[in-house]
Amino acid sequence: MIGLGFVYLVAGVTFVIFAGQSLLARRWANGAFQSLIALSFMAGDRLGDVGNGALVLALVAIAATGRMRRGEGTPAPMDRGARVFVPALVIPAVALLGTLAFKQFPALVDPKQATLVALAAGTLIALALGLYLMRARPAAAFAAGRGLIDEIGWAAMMPQMLASLGAVFALAGVGEVVGGLMGQVIPTGSVIGAVVAYALGMAVFTMIMGNAFAAFPVMAAAIGVPLLVRGAGGDPAIVAAVGMLAGFCGTLMTPMAANFNLVPAVLLELKDRYGVIRAQIPTALPLLLFNILLLYWMIA
Amino acid sequence: MLVLAGIVVIAAGFLLRFNPLLVIIVSALVTGLAAGLDPVAVLATFGRAFNDTRYVTAIYIVLPVIGLLERHGLQARARALVGKLRGATAGRVLIGYLLFRQITAALGLVSIAGPAQTVRPLVAPMAEAAADPRDEAESETVRAMAAATDNVGVFFGEDIFIAIGSILLMKGVLEGYGIVLEPFQLSVWAIPTAIAAFVVHGFRLLLLDRRLARGR
Repeated sequence: MIGLGFVYLVAGVTFVIFAGQSLLARRWANGAFQSLIALSFMAGDRLGDVGNGALVLALVAIAATGRMRRGEGTPAPMDRGARVFVPALVIPAVALLGTLAFKQFPALVDPKQATLVALAAGTLIALALGLYLMRARPAAAFAAGRGLIDEIGWAAMMPQMLASLGAVFALAGVGEVVGGLMGQVIPTGSVIGAVVAYALGMAVFTMIMGNAFAAFPVMAAAIGVPLLVRGAGGDPAIVAAVGMLAGFCGTLMTPMAANFNLVPAVLLELKDRYGVIRAQIPTALPLLLFNILLLYWMIA
Repeated sequence: MLVLAGIVVIAAGFLLRFNPLLVIIVSALVTGLAAGLDPVAVLATFGRAFNDTRYVTAIYIVLPVIGLLERHGLQARARALVGKLRGATAGRVLIGYLLFRQITAALGLVSIAGPAQTVRPLVAPMAEAAADPRDEAESETVRAMAAATDNVGVFFGEDIFIAIGSILLMKGVLEGYGIVLEPFQLSVWAIPTAIAAFVVHGFRLLLLDRRLARGR
């Protein structure tokens, strides 16, 4: 069955080529960093937990030396006309159609991973089409891609690193401690107090963990289920759904959600690395207030 | 309480601008030690989670094709396309994208667009061309808003889809308390906030247009 294994193979080969090109260009730190990412994609399942941990330490060591270099600067683009849009649109189009089509064939493609598989397939088709339409060699495409990954630098690994930190936080019981603290500040019997603490707790805890998924089980246990559902008689569907969305407001405001907030700032070459977060706060705060009012209105 | 030391490490490390990857791994070690785990166990937990979340990094497979197309004039073409549209403004371009992103995310199509796939090569250059920025600061504002619009669209669209991870997580957690819900009951309650997000962010995009038009 085609699933994440296929996606990881494509990613592994991509990073092997990036690494090879970097090493040929004598960009040792970049090459070593990309080699480790390639190793993780190709053989991560065979390294064992401690082996993967050691791989992470090596990645961090390379990043911390500060020897990774930025992109080499790109030549002025050639104009090939409007057909340049065709491969660019093939990626979302194949991802869209592939997702819908693959769900019909659960024996062929893992339905849980349909979109990622379709995205990888769309990328390969777009690459082949792009090389044909632009009359370019594959090496040129990977050199251009390597320019982009070098611009992103070690920040490319932040989202995955933060997700892994979340697992350590979970094992250490960070959530229970934060939830307990939140639970203590609510005046007894106050519905509005419980609603505000729950929604703010979701947002703040999400900002700390970078992920509303980590916050939800904790805040549900601390406030959502005992006080809002059982205490105030709130509809559990509303309490859960609106609480999660309050958490998403937190995701918009935190550097811990690196893939949404920091990587795009690098990709768009913003001088302010918190530029995307600054652009999101004025949307996130009114929405957080909206969620608090909606929740209070539906419960009271 | 001691386990919160890891959060202090993160906040202090980011503030003092140490390398964030180093800050993250130190925070993991501090948290684990505070919880009484031995360092090897912490490393193994981190390593296992790192291996389980590789799909987060897999998105970079799009870079070779995006890089190739950019070297053949993709961004310039995207700008030229918007330049031809009469009445196109940065705000209107981004409102259109916001709607597209919310609707497709609500259908479960979260990964068809994103910062690497669509914002950098297409949406940001289009919004910039429509804004016709006078200086680098204005251009930065428009690009940051393009990335923000992508996030707002996907966050406040995806929960309407019944099979998205967050809906399944809520269902699973509530079942732990003996509360059994259908995913549909949860996803309908994402709709009011989705509408509010469109109104609030759309209003801000119109304000952006007014700010860009001022003094012209």
